[in-house]
Amino acid sequence: MSLLPSIKDPTPANARKAGTEDKPLALHVAGLTKRFAGVTANDGVDFDLEVGEIHCLFGENGAGKSTLSSCIFGFCTPDAGQIIVRGQPVEMHSPRDAIKLGIGMVHQHFVLVPEFTVLENIIVGTQKSGWRLDDRAARQKLNSLCEAYGIEIDLDAYVWQLAVGRQQWVEILKALYLDVQILILDEPTAVLTPDESARLFAIMRKMCANGMSIILITHKVAEVMQSNRVTVLRKGKTVATVQTRDTSPEELARLMVGREVSFSVNKSTIAPGDTVLEVSGLGARGYWNEAVLNQVSLSIARHEILGIAGVAGNGQKELFEVLSGVRWAREGTIRLNGEDVSRLTPRAMMDRGVGHIPDDRFREGLVGPFSIAENLILGWQRNAKYRSGLFLDRTKIAALSKTMMARYQIAARDDEVPVENLSGGNAQKVILAREFLHSSGLLLANQPTRGLDIGVIEYVYAQLLQKREEGFAILLASEELSDLFNLADRIAVMFKGEIVGVVDPKTTTVEEVGMMMAGRRMEAGR
Amino acid sequence: MSGLFQEAILISIFAATLRTMTPLLFSAMGELVTQRAGIWNMGVEGTMLMGSFVAYFVATATGSLWLAVLAAVLAGAVMGLIIAFMTATMRVDHFVTGLGLNLFAGGITLYWFQSYVHGGPQPSFSGFEDVPLPFLSDIPFIGPVLFSQRLLTYAAFFIVPAIWFLLYRTRYGLELRCLGENPKALDVKGLSVPVRQYGAVMFGSAMTGLGGGFLMLAFSDRFIADFSAGRGWIVVVALIAGNWKPKGVLLAVVAFAFLEAVATHAQVVGVGVPRQLLLALPYIASIILLMGVRFRTGQPAMLGFPYARE
Repeated sequence: MSLLPSIKDPTPANARKAGTEDKPLALHVAGLTKRFAGVTANDGVDFDLEVGEIHCLFGENGAGKSTLSSCIFGFCTPDAGQIIVRGQPVEMHSPRDAIKLGIGMVHQHFVLVPEFTVLENIIVGTQKSGWRLDDRAARQKLNSLCEAYGIEIDLDAYVWQLAVGRQQWVEILKALYLDVQILILDEPTAVLTPDESARLFAIMRKMCANGMSIILITHKVAEVMQSNRVTVLRKGKTVATVQTRDTSPEELARLMVGREVSFSVNKSTIAPGDTVLEVSGLGARGYWNEAVLNQVSLSIARHEILGIAGVAGNGQKELFEVLSGVRWAREGTIRLNGEDVSRLTPRAMMDRGVGHIPDDRFREGLVGPFSIAENLILGWQRNAKYRSGLFLDRTKIAALSKTMMARYQIAARDDEVPVENLSGGNAQKVILAREFLHSSGLLLANQPTRGLDIGVIEYVYAQLLQKREEGFAILLASEELSDLFNLADRIAVMFKGEIVGVVDPKTTTVEEVGMMMAGRRMEAGR
Repeated sequence: MSGLFQEAILISIFAATLRTMTPLLFSAMGELVTQRAGIWNMGVEGTMLMGSFVAYFVATATGSLWLAVLAAVLAGAVMGLIIAFMTATMRVDHFVTGLGLNLFAGGITLYWFQSYVHGGPQPSFSGFEDVPLPFLSDIPFIGPVLFSQRLLTYAAFFIVPAIWFLLYRTRYGLELRCLGENPKALDVKGLSVPVRQYGAVMFGSAMTGLGGGFLMLAFSDRFIADFSAGRGWIVVVALIAGNWKPKGVLLAVVAFAFLEAVATHAQVVGVGVPRQLLLALPYIASIILLMGVRFRTGQPAMLGFPYARE
C-alpha cells in the first residue's frame, strides 16, 4: 500500500535495535584485558552503558566483575583495550581521574571511617581550597540531596553509631556529593534488609531519572531483574548483553554458569530410619551470661535432613557449637545413637563421626595460611592414617589431597596452595571434602552455601542429598528459605534461642515460616 | 625543714617539670601527627638522638644555638623521609623500620661523634639560658615556675593547642586522621595516600628532631653516647597512655616529666632511696602505666598497617 520504505515499520527487532542505538552512551568499554600475575581477570571485555539506565554486571565470583569495575574507576590500568567516556577515549591512572570524569563507586565493603561523622566521611578529601575545615556549603548541598532522594540521615551522627544498612546511604551520599554521572554499585544489597534494598532501588531509579547511569554489580538474580540491561561475564569474558525484559532468571543463570542449572532438586523419598541425634531441653549462655539457647529439643534420624530456619543471630550458631562440642550446654542432654554426649569435647565428637561445617569458613573452618593438603587433614592430624611415627606421612597426605581435589573439583594449581588464596567456593569444597571424608552418621551444616555462586550451591546441595541417601542425619541451617523447602524433611524455626515450631515443608508455606521467624509461635496441634 | 625551703623545692620541682617536659612534648606532638596518619613510628628514640647530635655538632661548630635548632629540625625531617620511604613506599613493617632506624642512629651518631672529637678534648657549648618574662616572672610562685623558662619551653605551651587545631579544625587534619582510620577512604576520593603519609611523617619527625635538639641545647653542654636515654620510648608510651588525643598525651608527658623532676630533686633533699632507682622512676611508671591501660579507643584503626590497593 505504501510506497515509502518501511523504515517506520515497528517490528520488535527493529524497535529494539533502534532503541539501543539512539540513546547516547555514557560509557563504552572495548576489548578490555587485564592480567594479574599470570591470571587473566578480564579477557577482551566489551561493555557499554547508556545514559539513564541501570546496567547489571552479572557473573559468578571471579568472573571479572570487580576487575572491570576497578578499571572503570581507575583503581587499575587495563593491559589492553579502551575505555570511552561520553565519546572521549580516556586513560585513567587513579580514582582521581575517574572522579574528574564523573565516575563514582560504592564499594562492596564500605569505605567509611567509623570514628568520623557522616558529614566528615562525605567531605573528607573533597575540599580543594582554604585550610580551615569548612562544612557550611557541604551541609546545605547534602540537605538538598537528602531531600531530593528521600534519604533520612543525621549528618552529625558518627558512622559507628549507624546500623550497617544506614551506612549504605552514607556511601550513596558520598557519590552524589561528588556529582557523579556514572555510578558503580558493587553488591550494594549484601548487607541490606529486603525493605532497605527496595528503597535503594527506588533511589537508583531516581538517579537515572536525573540523568545518571548506573552499573550494578550483583550475583542475585532477583536484583538483576530490576535493571534495564544485563551483561553476563564468565571467566573474564563477556558472554552476552541482553535487555532484562527479554530474558528470564533461568536464562541468566544458564549464561552465568555456562550450563543448565536446575533450581529444583531431585530428592528421593526415603523413610527416616533410627534416631541418630536426640536433644532435649538444651540451654546455653553467652559471653554476657545472657541466654542464647533455651529449652531446645529436637531429633534427627537416619536419611533425614532437619532444616533450621531463622533470622541470623537467633541462636543457630550457638546450637551448632553446642552440638559439635565447641560450647558446653548449661542444661539439657544430647544423645548420639543413644549415648549421652552432652559433656564431650569437639575431638570426642569428631571421633564419634560428627562432621561440622561452620558458617564462617575462613575463621572457623580453615586455617588460611595452611595448604589445601594440611586443611584436608586438619583436626585429624593425630590419626594413624596420616602419620608415620611422630611425623606426618606426606606421601599419604599428598595421595589423599590428590583424590579429594579431583573428586570435589577443587580448582587450584596443586595441594600446596594456601587456602586463603582460594575462592569462597573452592575453600568451601575443602571443608566439605574433609568433613564428608571423616564423618559418619551426623553432619552439622551451618550456612554451607553462604556467599557461594549458583553453580557451587547446586553442587553442595547435591552432595548433602547424597549423604542423606547414604544414611546420614543432617542438620542444615540456611538463610535462604527456598533452599530449606527444597532440601529439608522437616524445618525447625528458631527465634531468640528457642525453637518456636517444627513444620513439614510439604504442608507449610514460606509465609508461615516467615511469621514464625519473627517470633509467632505455631499453634498447638498443628 | 623550713617553709621557705619547702616552697623553694616545690618551685624548683615544678619549674624542672616544665623544662623536662619541653623536649618530650615536641617529640610527642610530632609522633601524634605521625601515628594519627597511620604510621606506627618506632623510630622516635633514634630521631631524637639524631636531633641531639646534629644540634651538638652545629652548636659547637658554628657557635649559633638557633642554627643548631634549625639543623635538629632538618635532621628530624630527613629521618622522617627515610621512615616514610620505608613504610609508605616500600611497605616495610612499621616496627622493623623504626627499630632498624634506632640502631642506625645509635651507631652513626657515635661514629660521627668520635670522628669529630678525634680523641682530643671534647668541644662544648653553652646552651640556652632561662629568659624570665618581664613582670610575669615576678608573680610569686607562678612566676618562677611558668615564666622563668627557656624560650622553647614557652613555645611548647602553644604546641598542644596548635596540634589540636591542626588535627580537628583544618581540612589537612581531617585528611590526616582519615589516613590512620581508613586510608582507602582517601584513595577513593582521588587523593594520594603516600604523599600525605610522607608529609605527616616528615612533619612529625621534624618535631621529634626539634625535641632532641632542645634536649641537647637546654640540658647539656656536650654529647655523650645514647644521649636521649630512652626518652623516645617514653614518648611512644605517652601516645598509648594518652589514648592518641592531644590532651591525653599532654597529661602523660607532664606526668613523666614530673616524675623525673621529683627523682632528681629527691637526691638533693636526701631521700633514703638509691639514686639509680629514683632515676628509673619514669621508666618504671611507664611500664606500670602500659599494664594499666586497657582501653585503646583512640588508637587509629589502621595504625601500623601498610596501605596497598588490593
